[in-house]
Amino acid sequence: MTIGRKIAATYLVFGLGAVVTCLLAPLVGSTTIDFRRVFDASVPFAENADAQIFFVARLPRVLAGALVGSALAASGVVLQALLRNPLATPFTLGVSAGAALGAMLALTLELSSGIAGFSAVPIASFAGSLGAVGIVYSLARVRHRGLSTNVLLLAGVTLNSFFSALILFVQFLSDFTQTFRTVRWLMGDLDVSSYAPLVAAAPPIALSFGAFAMLPRSMNLLSISDESAASRGVDVHRTQRLAFLSASLATGAAVSLGGPVGFIGIVVPHLVRLLVGADHRMVLPASAFGGAAFLVACDTVSRSALAPLEVPVGVVTALIGGPFFLWLLIRHR
Amino acid sequence: MSDPCLTVERASFAYDAKALVLSDVTASVSRGALVGILGPNGSGKTTLLRLLAGLVSPLEGRVLLDGTDMRTLRRRDLSTRMALVPQETQLAFEYTVLEMAVMGRYPHLGAFEIEGPDEIEVARDALRQTGTLHLESRWFNTLSGGEKQRVVIASALAQLERRLREPFSSESGEEGSRNRFSEILLLDEPTASLDLAYQLEIRSVLARLNESRGLTVVVSTHDLNFAAGLCRELILLDRGRVLAAGLTDSMLEGTLIRKLYGVEVDITTNPRTGRPTVVPVARAPDAHLS
Repeated sequence: MTIGRKIAATYLVFGLGAVVTCLLAPLVGSTTIDFRRVFDASVPFAENADAQIFFVARLPRVLAGALVGSALAASGVVLQALLRNPLATPFTLGVSAGAALGAMLALTLELSSGIAGFSAVPIASFAGSLGAVGIVYSLARVRHRGLSTNVLLLAGVTLNSFFSALILFVQFLSDFTQTFRTVRWLMGDLDVSSYAPLVAAAPPIALSFGAFAMLPRSMNLLSISDESAASRGVDVHRTQRLAFLSASLATGAAVSLGGPVGFIGIVVPHLVRLLVGADHRMVLPASAFGGAAFLVACDTVSRSALAPLEVPVGVVTALIGGPFFLWLLIRHR
Repeated sequence: MSDPCLTVERASFAYDAKALVLSDVTASVSRGALVGILGPNGSGKTTLLRLLAGLVSPLEGRVLLDGTDMRTLRRRDLSTRMALVPQETQLAFEYTVLEMAVMGRYPHLGAFEIEGPDEIEVARDALRQTGTLHLESRWFNTLSGGEKQRVVIASALAQLERRLREPFSSESGEEGSRNRFSEILLLDEPTASLDLAYQLEIRSVLARLNESRGLTVVVSTHDLNFAAGLCRELILLDRGRVLAAGLTDSMLEGTLIRKLYGVEVDITTNPRTGRPTVVPVARAPDAHLS
């Protein structure tokens, strides 16, 4: 099979998988609905309970899962290549900790007035993630040259612990309700209950995906070494900047929409590599689609497994992802 | 024969302002030459190689490729004329041998272009030239050190192959088109982490490529005997300065080697290879190792 055919097949198979998952997931839930009735045009929407459950109650949530899962998985791929470390995640470089700090401050201070119709918590968390990205980026920028991946990693890890310490400190000072809300946010929640948050998160994610589209061939070489890449003609510094900033933007937007849902950014890329190999022209799109399908599936489990109780989706992904991550560690020695 | 393809003119370089790694280096590499950059650890060999590869620019002086200042050349154009083989290649991800070789085609393709059958054939041809075609579907990480090094050399050869982009290329026209620009392979300590058998393997691959397709080869090494067995010319580098440069036979000489490495050596001609052999005998009494 030629490389072109393999790329096309990857888009087709994984794309189809994602679409089918997104169409099936809204049918599952505490109330059973009928697929044919949902799309039955003869019944007016106002009287079609099945269609209302499908389009109003469940589809926004499924699409949020698809958007978050796809952004986190694709960002994971990009950061793993940038850091040449298959165990890197979208949260390695401090983006999620910044987002969590922002969200927690908004929750604790009970900020209610949003900007332009968007609520305060996602805005605060997005701002927090951008702040973290700014700090890490400016630390890692070597004069006249590219990004130091060592500094990126160290700054990111340090920022993660520092922000976590700040979060704990504020938690210590806050009352029980606020603490509970923050903890709940940290577990991840895709219950968006309308299309508005999706509309807010989509543009930055789309922008990042546009940048991702330009990266795969350069990332193949960058994942070998900066020197090899430069000698093959890759503009290493530009690629590094583009990779870091776009992956961080997508992660920040995804976290502000669904909370820091863990393990997607590592589980999905690794499963995908087992299936399609390491070429980023296959890994990146397959992970984007696969991440969407994976998170939508996990969220379906989370809202239906113990219905009417809802297991936070971050708990579900962690229960699957944790053991998987350990298996990877052992496998990589 | 002096048809220089790479020229360094009074170049100085430093990674930070405090210490010059290279100072006032002037050297030149002729087309089709097989040159070794020789010197002890920390003498600036790798940095000189990086300078030749255009990965760093000199603070003072300049580096010319086919007569043009490298700073005025685009990275992509540079990459189609010369390729660098790093000392060691460790992969964080599992690429196959063929994928590694195909990646050499990077500078020949547009951002969204996909390698077609022709490009794959170039990559496989490059693997054939380094005797690694039978490994094409293996994972790169499962290869031995010598095999890895040969695959990386193949990837560099695929990178230098311009045949596909020449409008009227044919078997007979190839020579003409090749001569217009240089094809230069730069290798950083290619045998540093290899066993004897693999060292010989790399040596014969490089000698053959130089011989059969007129590839210009520049190798940095601290291994006197590797240099003696392979290179026709040597550049001796001592603490960032060129100590001497010239034909291998005249460079491998007791006084120069003592000055360069601070050791007394015996140099004989090996009857079986006809090449000089260097045997270190003792630390030179006046040696100043710093």
